[in-house]
Amino acid sequence: MDAELRFHLEAYAQDLVSGGVPRQEAMRRARIEFGGIERVKEEGREARGVNLVESLLQDLRYGASNMMRTPGFTAITVLTLALGIGATTAIFSAVNPILFQSLPYPDSGQIMMISDVRGDGSRLDVTFHTYREVLERSRSFEAVAVTKPWRPTLTSTTQPERSDGQRVSATYFRTLGISPALGRDFDLSDDQLNGPRVVILSDVLWKRRFAGDRTIVGRQVKLDDNLYTVIGVLPTAFENVLAPLAQLWSPLQYDTRNITSLQTREWGHHLRMVGRLRSGLGSEQLRRELDTIARNPVREFPRPAWASLELGLTADSLQHDVTENVRPALLAVLGAVLLVLIIACVNVTNLLLARGVRRRGEFALRAALGAGRRRLVQQLLTESLLLALMGGVVGLAVAQLGVRVLVALSPSELPRVGAIGVNGAVLAFALCVTTLIGLVVGLIPALRASRNEPQIGLQESSQRTAGGHQWARRALVVAEVALALVVLVSAGLLLRSLDHLFAIAPGLDPSHVLTMQMQASGRRFDDDSARYRFFAQALQAVRRVPGVKTAAFTSQLPLSGDLDGYGIQFEDDNSPNGDYAGFRYAVTPGYFEAMGIPLRRGRLLDEHDMADSPVAVLISESLATRKFPGRDPLGQRVRMGPDIGRLDRPWYTIVGVVGDVKQVSLAASDSDALYITTTHWSDVDNVQSLVVRARGDAGALAPAVRNAIWSVDKDQPVVHVATMDDLLASTAAERRFALTLFEAFALVALILAAAGIYGVLSGSVAERTREIGVRLALGASRKRILALVVREGMTLTVLGVSIGLVGAAAASQAIAAMLFGISPFDSVTYLGVIVLLAGVAVIACGIPAWRAMKVDPIVALRYE
Amino acid sequence: MDKQMDLLQGTLDMLILKAVSLGPLHGYGVLLRIQQISKDRLEIQQGSLYPALYRLEHQGWIASEWGESENKRKAKYYRLTPAGKRRLQTESEKWNRMADLIEGILGTTAEEV
Repeated sequence: MDAELRFHLEAYAQDLVSGGVPRQEAMRRARIEFGGIERVKEEGREARGVNLVESLLQDLRYGASNMMRTPGFTAITVLTLALGIGATTAIFSAVNPILFQSLPYPDSGQIMMISDVRGDGSRLDVTFHTYREVLERSRSFEAVAVTKPWRPTLTSTTQPERSDGQRVSATYFRTLGISPALGRDFDLSDDQLNGPRVVILSDVLWKRRFAGDRTIVGRQVKLDDNLYTVIGVLPTAFENVLAPLAQLWSPLQYDTRNITSLQTREWGHHLRMVGRLRSGLGSEQLRRELDTIARNPVREFPRPAWASLELGLTADSLQHDVTENVRPALLAVLGAVLLVLIIACVNVTNLLLARGVRRRGEFALRAALGAGRRRLVQQLLTESLLLALMGGVVGLAVAQLGVRVLVALSPSELPRVGAIGVNGAVLAFALCVTTLIGLVVGLIPALRASRNEPQIGLQESSQRTAGGHQWARRALVVAEVALALVVLVSAGLLLRSLDHLFAIAPGLDPSHVLTMQMQASGRRFDDDSARYRFFAQALQAVRRVPGVKTAAFTSQLPLSGDLDGYGIQFEDDNSPNGDYAGFRYAVTPGYFEAMGIPLRRGRLLDEHDMADSPVAVLISESLATRKFPGRDPLGQRVRMGPDIGRLDRPWYTIVGVVGDVKQVSLAASDSDALYITTTHWSDVDNVQSLVVRARGDAGALAPAVRNAIWSVDKDQPVVHVATMDDLLASTAAERRFALTLFEAFALVALILAAAGIYGVLSGSVAERTREIGVRLALGASRKRILALVVREGMTLTVLGVSIGLVGAAAASQAIAAMLFGISPFDSVTYLGVIVLLAGVAVIACGIPAWRAMKVDPIVALRYE
Repeated sequence: MDKQMDLLQGTLDMLILKAVSLGPLHGYGVLLRIQQISKDRLEIQQGSLYPALYRLEHQGWIASEWGESENKRKAKYYRLTPAGKRRLQTESEKWNRMADLIEGILGTTAEEV
């Protein structure tokens, strides 16, 4: 363009010269006629519609060089954005597989979980015959299956390993829509009573234990002392959502006949049922059909009282089932991280606004030269997008780190942990967020900077008063403080909840207590006496280990996830089925001393109770107070079991009352329990927990105790070795996880808010340097200047806090489900947070205020 | 200045197309030719020439290429494209119709209403 225009000018001037005008004059006239080359150029550019790509490239180049000129500003902006984008992306990658993505099965929306219903409406595992009835009578399913946990011992030359697995119907994998990568799936013929011993392996187990040997199909492995033939291996990508840790699958092989014998396992409630709906059918239709089946029993499928299905059957999508427990916590965490992202954006917007003020001159000049407003806005948006992009790239690195931390910290119950990672969807999300942020963050500063007020910009000396154009930055800081308050209050409430939770007495003394779980597995333990002998010998060996004060066995270890509960009936009860239920503990004498459970009345169980004397039991305090208020429970008779309605169950005599112990969790309050010796329960559990009270450090005894057990039988697995203290701490794993995240966010929010206050005040002081100089010159004391600045900062803070309180109240209502023991409006938390924020704000005001105090009036006034 | 440009923009375009249709010209040459064929009755603002030229080029009615001027200097020459030729045709027809219409209206006497 330059060359062309120059030529034109030359030619015109030449014409003038040949008309007699002197050269100088000619050039001058030519230029005036032409009307300002720059303007023409600019207009020409616009008229030509310099294509978008060219102008964008130009802006990019300009923006990049600008950024390199101000490295400090760029670094802070990019880091702030990286923090916000990185944290949000990391949380999104954790939340995405659970909340948004569908399960990793074909047409996963059609997979449903079907359960029985308890009296209180809660869900109950189904019985095998119920499953068969639904299988026969329902027309809605393409495939349906049941499953139960299976923990076989994998024997080898090294330590015996107890694996996690499932016993399943032959149709299990078909229901999920998965087929083995190697070998074959189960056949119906595999799932018969006394059918062949076959097993399918997971990809992980195959690679770890069998070195990925492709000839594995057809080979045999030893599980629980029996030989099983491997018939297949599952694909690498398979995620077993129903039991994420399972590595082995074997057919259920339950008895389909003899539906009328009620004492069999086929009538026990311990199976989970999952079914795949036919395509085109919905859950509503299924529920109606299940209802019809439940309410209309048929002759081929007679039902006992405890599986009468009179309360119907429920069906829920598998997706919903898997995620519903963690959904509220995840949504809360997602909300919190979004707040942090907004705060980060607000900070960056403020920084850009401040920089826009400094570049006033530059924009005014460009506007005067003819650059349209759109052009300026385009350039500024390009710059902010560039910043956002850089922030996004660094943010991805932050996200990678964050994801690793998340997975490491996550509680074991977090579903679909295997799917958490920075994958395609997460990258797309990060890109969208980055672009959005780039535009949002740049918009207000761009609009402001491109306003056509050239005279203000070009007159550098118009610094007499700070302006009304500071109000945008102040409003943003107020918003920042408000949001930070919300995050801080949420974190504070969760923290206090956790404190309250752990202030609850568990009912036992967890210090110096070591626990582990033992199993008597294998064919030689098929009868009770063999099992009993094994445990008794093991107990003797353990007691001989130096450092062991007391040792005992229990069938259920409190707060460890073990659960075994039955109905309890008292002799003087009127109702046949009993209104009481509780946990059953089959223990050896010494259990109460080992666990530190106090005796309230009567006596503890001892060695004599192991023999065939009248069966003595202990009940928990809660049960005693409820059933015998004001009376003495000692001597009363009671019985417990899965079918206490039957008349041939023996009666037990209550000989003592012990203190309540938390079984399910510290938060739950059911602690009704009955304690009986291991010999007197109807069978000997083959899995028992060993409890050892040590004289010194409990953890240090673990190897010695394990060796003592193995000295009795080296092939029996010993798992879940943990001190009681650790066990207690892990019960609140989910809460702790959420709390850690919230604490991290709260810290970041606090720092960003403080930085925001600092930034705005710094800018304000810098702009008002002259005003401060004038005040000082007129006799104001430096203290007053300090007070002036601090007051400005605190006003913003107070405003932010007031607005934030409303937001915090709303937010704490939203997380009310996650709180424990405190109200969402707990005043201690709110006050604490307000004090904290105010304190931090004062510090943030401090430096600018101090700088304001140091202003030399002479220098300031000289600026004009 | 803005107002003037708006009014003349369509006509200026047409004039430029006409000027260039008689043979390729550089920017200054277009200016001179318009002056010439209007018998010196029309003078174009120099500042509005180049935006118009760039616009017409962007729209594809004229095409440019660098060449040598009479006095051996480098200059950018514009020529009419086939599309531009058709455009000139349609624009002239439109102009003539508009002129007839306006003339008709302005020439209406009291009795014809």
